[in-house]
Amino acid sequence: MRLGVTLASLFAVSVAGAATAQTELSLWYHGAGSANAEEALVNQLVEEFNASQSDWKVLIETFPQLAYNDAVGAAALAGELPDILDVDGPVMPNWAWANYMQPLGIDEAKLEGYLPGPIGRWNGEVYSVGLWDAAVALTTRRSTLEKYDIRVPTLDAPWSLEEFNSALETISASGDFEYPLDLGMAWKGEWYPYAFSPLLQSFGGDIVDRTTYQTAEGVLNGDAALAFGEWWQGLFANNYVPGTSQDAADRETGLLEGQYAMSWNGNWAALPVVEAFGDDALFLPAPDFGNGSTIGAASWQFGVSATSEHPEGARAFIEFALQDKWFTAFSDGTGLIPVTATAAADTANYAPGGPLEVFYDLSEAQALVRPVTPGYIVQAKVFEKALSDIANGADVADTLDAAVDEINEDIESNSGYGH
Amino acid sequence: MALVSPDNRGLRLVTRYAVLILVAVIFVFPLLFMGVSSLKPDQQLLSDTNSLRAFLPVGDISFDNYSDAFQRAPIGVFVLNSVLVTGVTVLLTLFVCSLAAFSFVFLDWKGRDVIFTILLATLIIPYETIFIPLLLMASQLPWIGGGGIEFGWLNTYRVQIIPFIADGLSIFLFVQYFKDLPRELIEASRVEGASWWMIYRKVVLPLSGPVIATAAILKFLFMYNQYLWPLMVVQAEEIRPVMVGLGYFTDQLNVPWGEVMAYLTIITVPVLAFYLSLQRVFIASVASTGVKG
Repeated sequence: MRLGVTLASLFAVSVAGAATAQTELSLWYHGAGSANAEEALVNQLVEEFNASQSDWKVLIETFPQLAYNDAVGAAALAGELPDILDVDGPVMPNWAWANYMQPLGIDEAKLEGYLPGPIGRWNGEVYSVGLWDAAVALTTRRSTLEKYDIRVPTLDAPWSLEEFNSALETISASGDFEYPLDLGMAWKGEWYPYAFSPLLQSFGGDIVDRTTYQTAEGVLNGDAALAFGEWWQGLFANNYVPGTSQDAADRETGLLEGQYAMSWNGNWAALPVVEAFGDDALFLPAPDFGNGSTIGAASWQFGVSATSEHPEGARAFIEFALQDKWFTAFSDGTGLIPVTATAAADTANYAPGGPLEVFYDLSEAQALVRPVTPGYIVQAKVFEKALSDIANGADVADTLDAAVDEINEDIESNSGYGH
Repeated sequence: MALVSPDNRGLRLVTRYAVLILVAVIFVFPLLFMGVSSLKPDQQLLSDTNSLRAFLPVGDISFDNYSDAFQRAPIGVFVLNSVLVTGVTVLLTLFVCSLAAFSFVFLDWKGRDVIFTILLATLIIPYETIFIPLLLMASQLPWIGGGGIEFGWLNTYRVQIIPFIADGLSIFLFVQYFKDLPRELIEASRVEGASWWMIYRKVVLPLSGPVIATAAILKFLFMYNQYLWPLMVVQAEEIRPVMVGLGYFTDQLNVPWGEVMAYLTIITVPVLAFYLSLQRVFIASVASTGVKG
């Protein structure tokens, strides 16, 4: 009898255990060592998801950003991808094309009202979604513009090319600043296509022809691109901006310490400006160089790996993350832009009247994602090198022609990247 | 025959010391820069690079970068992992490669020269070129663990160690050194009835201090500086080595240079300690074999 009771108890315990066992899902996150609150918030998100239901348990593995993309590539080769990946927005098409990722498969109605940048689409399907976005603006002081009698531009009436050049010339001639504008040349890598390709697009050019994604001919070396290149080189030749050897510390503090009159910088660097200048701080829209005003968009996003055995679990996690409360938490913790207006209204910085509200408006009105093509990861590096060379005095037409050749050869050698 | 006057001797001595000091400065200043910079805030660190202040512990000096670095990354775990992986690999390399070299030099077996030639040919193949096939193999290899036979070595210590135990360079070093050992000693031992194992252990190894030190240092540096391989095969933070850990100190746009210097200073300590402990035998080996470290 006693034996029977014991066996029955053991059976009951094992059945109960099986009933409550959660299936493990792996999640790879790129932000190990990040000094801000993002990593802690991702951990909190995982913990709350695990506690919110009994089917899935997400286990997070963090990587340093420097090594993350290479680690994902190696894991894909070895067939060891996790269930859930985080992916930088412009890189996503490459991973989808290379079969690292599968379509997210979530109801797109849930993404209504989102900013355009955080939704990662490839070949007509959503592969990834972000919980935040970032935006850049011309950061300056109202008193600086008033001192030199320069009009304060607005989203509806941004500076024209002539106005922008005139402002640089006026401020430069005053001799009050080391440089009238800081473009952030101390930053390398993705900063170039993210921050500077919108300027090229505003001239009417682009990194690659977005109608076909099969060539850069005519867009990166056409008349508009040549005009952009000449203008770009002139910024450095006229000492309007620091060159490629800019000190990283100057990039950090140059505007605050009065070295620069204006700075082309992101919302992540805006709070110190507000603290330093208060109501005098201005975050201005990108100038319109003739083809509209645009700024970059898309930051890190979550997606499901192609080899996940539990895509429904991965999807459940991502859908859990797509709540205003998380958008608000990440925004308050990291200073990044929440992806919905309703979440923005609850944040400390982006609520109506908040110090960074303008960035949400900029993101909503001007954001243009970088070229949505698997070849972007190569094109971004080619673009970076070309702009750096032109800044350092290389012939504009030759440099852009060489960049076009390199991009086209890469597209050809990858059979058009599946477009 | 030219006479060397006392004045000439003095001049030569001064010249010699001047050259030696210059060479020492070239080698020591980067370390000095690293150590000193680790004590400075970023802005001062970068502005000091324009002058000799970069090598002096002046200005706003503190250990803040060290405490910040420890908060940013599990440095102790990374250092322990690297020391463990490197230490085990070095020991196994010394054992396996010296045994292989012993076989090449002292044993007479069919195909020995061909195999040795093939082994030497592997020296010209860069490791990076075989990483992808090695990765694919490592992801499928079997292993007997607690739960029986399992497949896949990724995310383990063994995948960081085993592929690097045997290498052509270490075997080559041992072979060259063993060839110079007096054959009479080996022959006398054989006549006395010693087994090959006993000759290896009691005769050859005790005479091989310099080459053991050389092979150990070269392997130590190679393993401790590994970046690409562990990056590809290790996903878990708890078994990550120091060089991959360096990535914790850069993000998309900013590099906290002071923390980077603090991290580099910390992870350089085991290398310096290991080198200094073997320095005397290493130099003896360089002098006797002409091997450069």
